[in-house]
Amino acid sequence: MLTVLLIIFGVAFIAPWLHSILKEKTGWVLALLPLGSFVYLLSHLPQIAAGETITQSTTWVSMEFFEINLAFYLDGLSLMFGFIITGIGTFIVLYGSGYLSGHTDLPRFYIAVLMFMGSMLGVVLADNLISIFVFWELTSFTSYLLIGFNHEQEASRKAALQALLVTGIGGLSLLAGLVMMGFATGHWEVSALLNEGEVVREHAHYLPILILVLGGAFTKSAQFPFHFWLPSAMAAPTPVSAYLHSATMVKAGVYLLARMHPVLGATETWMILVGGFGALTLLISAWLSLSFTDMKQILAYSTVMALGTMMMLIGLGTELSMQALVVFILTHAMYKGALFMVAGAVDHEAGTRDVLKLGGLRSLMPISAAAAAVAALSMGGIPPLFGFVAKELVYEAALGAVSWPVLFISFAVVANMAIVAASAIVAIRPFYGKLVETPKKAHEAPLSMWIGPSILAALSVVFGVLPFLADKSLLIPAAAGVWGAPIDFYLSLWHGINLPLILSVLTLAGGLLIFWIWDGLRESAPMRVYQSAFATLPATVYDKLVDGMLGLAEWQTRVLQNGFIHNYLLTIITVALIGIGYTFLSKAGIHWNLQFADVHFYEWALTIAILVSLGIMMAFGHSRLTMIVGTGIIGFGLALIYLIHGAADLAMTQVLVETLTVILVVLVLTHVPKLKEVRSVASRSRDGVVALAAGLLMMMLIFAATAAPFDAFISEFYAEASYPLAHGRNIVNVILVDFRALDTMGEVVVVAIAGLAVFALIKMTRSGSSKEGKRYE
Amino acid sequence: METILPILAGAIFASGVYLLLRQSVILTIIGIILISNAVNLALFSLGRITTENPPLIASGSVIPELPFANPLPQALILTAIVIGFGLLAFALALAYRSYKELGTVDQDTMLKDAEDTSSAIVTDSENNEKRNA
Repeated sequence: MLTVLLIIFGVAFIAPWLHSILKEKTGWVLALLPLGSFVYLLSHLPQIAAGETITQSTTWVSMEFFEINLAFYLDGLSLMFGFIITGIGTFIVLYGSGYLSGHTDLPRFYIAVLMFMGSMLGVVLADNLISIFVFWELTSFTSYLLIGFNHEQEASRKAALQALLVTGIGGLSLLAGLVMMGFATGHWEVSALLNEGEVVREHAHYLPILILVLGGAFTKSAQFPFHFWLPSAMAAPTPVSAYLHSATMVKAGVYLLARMHPVLGATETWMILVGGFGALTLLISAWLSLSFTDMKQILAYSTVMALGTMMMLIGLGTELSMQALVVFILTHAMYKGALFMVAGAVDHEAGTRDVLKLGGLRSLMPISAAAAAVAALSMGGIPPLFGFVAKELVYEAALGAVSWPVLFISFAVVANMAIVAASAIVAIRPFYGKLVETPKKAHEAPLSMWIGPSILAALSVVFGVLPFLADKSLLIPAAAGVWGAPIDFYLSLWHGINLPLILSVLTLAGGLLIFWIWDGLRESAPMRVYQSAFATLPATVYDKLVDGMLGLAEWQTRVLQNGFIHNYLLTIITVALIGIGYTFLSKAGIHWNLQFADVHFYEWALTIAILVSLGIMMAFGHSRLTMIVGTGIIGFGLALIYLIHGAADLAMTQVLVETLTVILVVLVLTHVPKLKEVRSVASRSRDGVVALAAGLLMMMLIFAATAAPFDAFISEFYAEASYPLAHGRNIVNVILVDFRALDTMGEVVVVAIAGLAVFALIKMTRSGSSKEGKRYE
Repeated sequence: METILPILAGAIFASGVYLLLRQSVILTIIGIILISNAVNLALFSLGRITTENPPLIASGSVIPELPFANPLPQALILTAIVIGFGLLAFALALAYRSYKELGTVDQDTMLKDAEDTSSAIVTDSENNEKRNA
């Protein structure tokens, strides 16, 4: 499976070259890649149908506490998602080549869409928690590139960033949840975790783990109140919307929770959170879809509704709801993919996708119209289509809920009425009725653009009429994967006259009624309020949050980075003082060991000379002469201290350097004006306090450090090795020019470079000639 | 003297930090000199000052006569003094050149003049180009 992913990523990167060779035919060639992956997965179908699972593992990073493996796990659930990803991927590559035909950035589309496909396949196949996260983030990243495909438009860029931020923050939350789960159980492979459900559920951190994982899943799968990014993401080209934002990526959250159901599920918290948010999303977004006239917006909200349905089914956590879940996922991918592609074809050929500006296209675009009609019938849940089977199961599952079945079923029925109306709107309004003048002269879309929706629509019919084609081989293993134990069921169109069927009839009638009065309903005041409350408000809150963050960044930049070096220094010194001081006081404590008894009188004299000259320097800071003399006294004073304590070489160096320093300072100070200070007394006192604190801390540090026991190991080594190894009798010199010769050479280079720089600064002028330079002197 | 050295190092360090925070870049540089002196002194104290005998080996013997001063901090400080001098020379030259270019050694004034100066430099080089042409 790793090989398949590597091939997909590899081909993604050579796609532009393929495009420059194959031109128009690239789409057809590249479509072989998802098709080939589909066939590869198909070859594993018999094994999976027999109830087996396949694991493959390659070590990636191995550490003491955890392993990150490129491990893959294929069971019914991942296989079903794999089929959806590669199957629809095949049509999307074809469709994209037609939709973006002639677009200069078509190669970029191929790269991003194939990379996305590889990442998404990685999410559903990966076994290791960390590699799931890596692929998960890769889907967010490629989704960003694809939503922002038309990057010249501000709306695209904004929508892309919005999707990235929302799913990215969710991704971080997911990472935290996965890592906690890994440490809680000690297992980093999903296949192993599946048997550790008890451990996780009884763990003290179960609730944080659950909430963090849900944070990732809910943002990715656009659950209320994070649903707003998905309709904005419709700024992407339609092939992208059809693929990422309907059939695959947005289902990553659903996949993750389905995968984790045996580990995290089957608790009351799970049911309330997952089922509750799912049901809420389902109801709210279904009706939102009726407040728009843009086909893609209608479909986007109906997708959010479908995602809500899936979440609700996962939350219900019954055997029946798992069957409903897998059937619903499969059927949704088929009809929604088809409808999006048709919407894109209409937009592409007629120049608009506003249903109010469309009509009567059936005669001009017969194939698209037929595909749309069949897919919409499936979406509306009309027999004999596969969508009907799914909807019956959803109703049964809602009725069979352990708690509040009445609530769940009424949410589901009311939402599905809206969805029936929505599917009628997208399938009937553009294609039937009087032919309306459109911005472009409409005609049937090219083969590459109608083949996908047609086959998907046809499959909705095939699976609807002959449901046994899919149940034994694929759906039962998939449902068993979610349920965590073997499951058996069969699908059929006709269940006899029962409550779900009666509810279906009711839904249909209600939906058609809504469709009838849609024009009035859409413009009505309650609908406007509803739209602004649930569609506009969350997006506004997001905008405000982003603005607030930028404002905060601006504010702190203004405060911290205001350009005054005084300010920077003060901040740095204060932070360092607080950090070091806190650590020092809490770890080492204060050491006082004052002994003045053995201090000689000349040492007192030296000390007092240095302290007095410091005092004079502080008091008469504006006088250049004071500064020069003061610096000199301190420097030579130090040289004497070194000399007294057996450091003859140091004293010599210090005297030489100090002499040069004084000469340099004198040279410069004679050229610059008086060192006047205009800062306020308050500012100077503040600096004084900081300086005193720094000096005090320095003193305490030395006291504390010298109070600790001394390890003379290195010094003794140098002393003993100096003559035998380096034949030098001055140990300090031997250290410098022999043991640490490379350091000393580096030091010499530094001084040489400083010398060159000084020469350049003093002698050279901008124009390069010394004549020009005269102007500055 | 073990007690006095930390106090001296602290006092020089405090004065250095205070000068570092002054407006004139010259004072800032003198602050840097003082700070590096204080740090050298600190390093010297940390190697323990116990004796007055330099770490030298008498001719005829292989190891120095005990007790001898710790050679390691001396080697470190020697390097630090020289590097510190390099930094100082460069900083002073930079201050000198800034004063020649900007006409001030006041940090705050330098900042306020920064925009005028950069535009002045542009016009200046434009003038040069014109002259050359």
